[in-house]
Amino acid sequence: MNRFAELLDRLAYEPSRNNKLRLMIDYFRSTGDPERGWALAALTGALSFPHAKPSLIRSLIAERTDPVLFELSYDYVGDLSETIALMWPSAAPSSAPGFGKVQAADQELTLTRVVETLATLGKAQLPQQLARWLDALDETGRWALIKLVTGGFRVGVSARLAKAAVAALADKDVHDIEVIWPALAPPYGELFAWLEGRAERPASGDPASFRPPMLAHALDDADLAALKPEDFMAEWKWDGIRVQAVAGRLGTEPEDGKLVARLYSRTGEEISKSFPDLLDALRLPGAIDGELLIMRDGRVQSFNVLQQRLNRKTVTAKLMAEFPAHLRAYDLLAEGDEDLRERPFAERRARLERFVARLSDERIDLSPLIAFRSWKELMAARKNPAAAGAGADAAAVEGVMLKDRVALYLPGRPKGLWWKWKRDPFIIDAVLMYAQRGHGKRSSYYSDYTFGVWTQGGQGDELVPVGKAYFGFTDEELLQIDRFVRRNTIERFGPVREVLHDPDRGLVLEVAFEGLQRSSRHKSGLAMRFPRINRLRWDKPPKEADRLDRLEALIQRIEQGHLQGQIA
Amino acid sequence: MIRPEDILVRSPSGVCCKLGGFHIDPTRPVERAVITHAHSDHARAGHGAVLATQETLDLMRLRYGEAFAGSTQAMAYGESISLAGAKITLHPAGHILGSAQVAVEVDGLRVVASGDYKNAADPTCAPFELVRCDLFITEATFALPVFRHGDAHAEIEKLLHSLALFPERAHLVGAYSLGKAQRVIALLRQAGYDAPIYLHGAMEKITDYYISRGIALGELRLARGATKANLAGTITLCPPAALTDLWTRRFPDPVAAFASGWMRVRARARQQGVALPLVISDHADWDGLTATVGATGAGEIWVTHGQEDALVHWCATRGLKARPLDIVGYGDEEEIGDTEVNQSEDGAAPSRADTHDQDGNGS
Repeated sequence: MNRFAELLDRLAYEPSRNNKLRLMIDYFRSTGDPERGWALAALTGALSFPHAKPSLIRSLIAERTDPVLFELSYDYVGDLSETIALMWPSAAPSSAPGFGKVQAADQELTLTRVVETLATLGKAQLPQQLARWLDALDETGRWALIKLVTGGFRVGVSARLAKAAVAALADKDVHDIEVIWPALAPPYGELFAWLEGRAERPASGDPASFRPPMLAHALDDADLAALKPEDFMAEWKWDGIRVQAVAGRLGTEPEDGKLVARLYSRTGEEISKSFPDLLDALRLPGAIDGELLIMRDGRVQSFNVLQQRLNRKTVTAKLMAEFPAHLRAYDLLAEGDEDLRERPFAERRARLERFVARLSDERIDLSPLIAFRSWKELMAARKNPAAAGAGADAAAVEGVMLKDRVALYLPGRPKGLWWKWKRDPFIIDAVLMYAQRGHGKRSSYYSDYTFGVWTQGGQGDELVPVGKAYFGFTDEELLQIDRFVRRNTIERFGPVREVLHDPDRGLVLEVAFEGLQRSSRHKSGLAMRFPRINRLRWDKPPKEADRLDRLEALIQRIEQGHLQGQIA
Repeated sequence: MIRPEDILVRSPSGVCCKLGGFHIDPTRPVERAVITHAHSDHARAGHGAVLATQETLDLMRLRYGEAFAGSTQAMAYGESISLAGAKITLHPAGHILGSAQVAVEVDGLRVVASGDYKNAADPTCAPFELVRCDLFITEATFALPVFRHGDAHAEIEKLLHSLALFPERAHLVGAYSLGKAQRVIALLRQAGYDAPIYLHGAMEKITDYYISRGIALGELRLARGATKANLAGTITLCPPAALTDLWTRRFPDPVAAFASGWMRVRARARQQGVALPLVISDHADWDGLTATVGATGAGEIWVTHGQEDALVHWCATRGLKARPLDIVGYGDEEEIGDTEVNQSEDGAAPSRADTHDQDGNGS
């Protein structure tokens, strides 16, 4: 348990994905079975202990500590599990010199013992058992145990990242693990045996496994010259989340087996639980690559609306009725047992059209193709999707996709086959107001910027913050902004600095963003989607930066679905 | 019959012995001061006469220059001096090199002002000595039951494990320049780590002084002269505020570690962007404070600074008379924004330029 606790502890503080990976790889490499398997289960969210509620832990500590001291401590620490882990009275005062580990090696409390004991333990015995374990562990061990049994480590590790660490044990790709994952069960002995070359690859028993997706390259106008229009098919790039919807039959007799359906994110995380309403629609075995959208009265809703559903923890009937999930299909990767990924796109598209027709479900439809003969025509369509077939859904179009007619479905981002040609971003000139230090590698740089635009205030014009951005600039530009921030600080609030921003002195940032929505959380009443620093306008005095009115006008146009004519 | 408050009283400048005509760790210049240890919030410049251990006087001189006081008098642990019937004795406090508890005796009644102290082992200073007394004045920096510092050696192992795991990165350990830094180095040496350890320039003078007092710290180098490639796989000690400073850019993909008792609380470590918190403190933890308070046999406890509420409450539940002293001006050197770092890499006076970023306010 202590080894696992140490791992969690390190993961919780480590900001970098790569370093998190290395910490996990080190752990999986140096820890034996079944201990590491249970750790993998814990990290991928495969363990749950329904009887261990935070209230139970709280009552345990109440029996053992002075209530005044508990309240003072909880108030200071702020996190219940952590407070309890830290103030749990341990048998040996840890500050007394000479006290080492009190437990003999063979009695050491392992994660395995915790998991195996809890699997058979009755609810009534739980409090006593937990108390005994808490007595035996140190601060970090107690913290990990409480987090483990009450659920939710919050150490910034996704199930996929944990699987990637396991894959790295044998130089495999995470997809190799994803494919067999649904057929595996904790503590994953056969998985580790395979990765260490001691056994055959476990069979993929999953009839609805994830397939690594094919991704597109961003297209610059300049790229077009080298491409021939007749080689490509085009469709809208919808502003939702890219998903893979897979259904397959269980068992040896494919015709009669029970149908299993799953929904995956682009990165292979299973998100079925969040969209039960869509799973019902997957009635035929096959694998669709598509976009998850919210559809109301036959109209695609904005990403903003989709986000309101994504942010919910529990999926209620009310939520599903208010935010009906919809799948807009781009591609067909498999039909029945047949793998279509080795077929050209044009053929897959034809198969997809028939497949969607056979499904005949209002929750699943085809992403329409855009008719064009020349790049000029496609350019016009991209500029005005409403007039080019997207109609009322034009506001949910974020550009066009170009797909080579003969392209096979290749995982990753192969060159030259698929192109995304995004709508031009919105651009404004804003003034840098606050800068915050970054994390990890950027911890010595002011790299997160809050910027504002002018509006009429009580005493004339004032800047109101409209967004925050922490990328888009080059390394060299980061150095320049960092220097500017340090030399022009007018106030400090912990890691945040307010920088000089008056009409004549300050830094104007050209900010690009993808969308705009109303927000009650921001003083300006607006929130930008995907804002980034496009350019540094050292040449421009702050007073010439944009005004809030301009954003107001833009949001009204967006709301009315008239996106033609960008504000740039 | 004499009462404790006849020996010591609270004054605006700190605790004062009227009979003997001296203050203990005064926060403003006074005529005569007894100084428990050389941390800047306790040891200020500008007093008339200063009585302290030789190490404390030397360290004050290093910091403030020769003219830091009108006159000085050194006293070893266990030695005594009488001032108008008040007998002063210094006892080891175990906090840093030269740190002392001040015992004041009048007519058989003994008061102990302990300054900052810890009852955990420390290879760089004399161990804490328990002095039985009638009134005990204690600090309360970590006086909450959530603060248990644990075994410092285990924290050093954590650091060494990380070093083995990330051999291409530099490990930066934020540590207070006086006391903590040298203790961390000594602990690393105890753990068998014998590679050169690098130092931020602000720590050079104090560390040299430790070595001159016979404390073995192994081979030390200044980070200033090293190339980025040379710093891969090494450990560098620096003032905590330097962890987020421009200075860190000379290191290859640095791992930010911080040695402090505050690292026990996750939110504190995360706020400060620490990736490798090391719970190593030069203050007594909750168990240490309560055990010490009990063992002194004192019936009355005064609490100087930190989490007074919890310790005063604990005393009350044990039938001890306790009250907070509310002295303004004692800081907490284990904080990241400590006062030490107003020194540039060269150990020179601070400039408002870019070199130092997060000025400590001695909070």
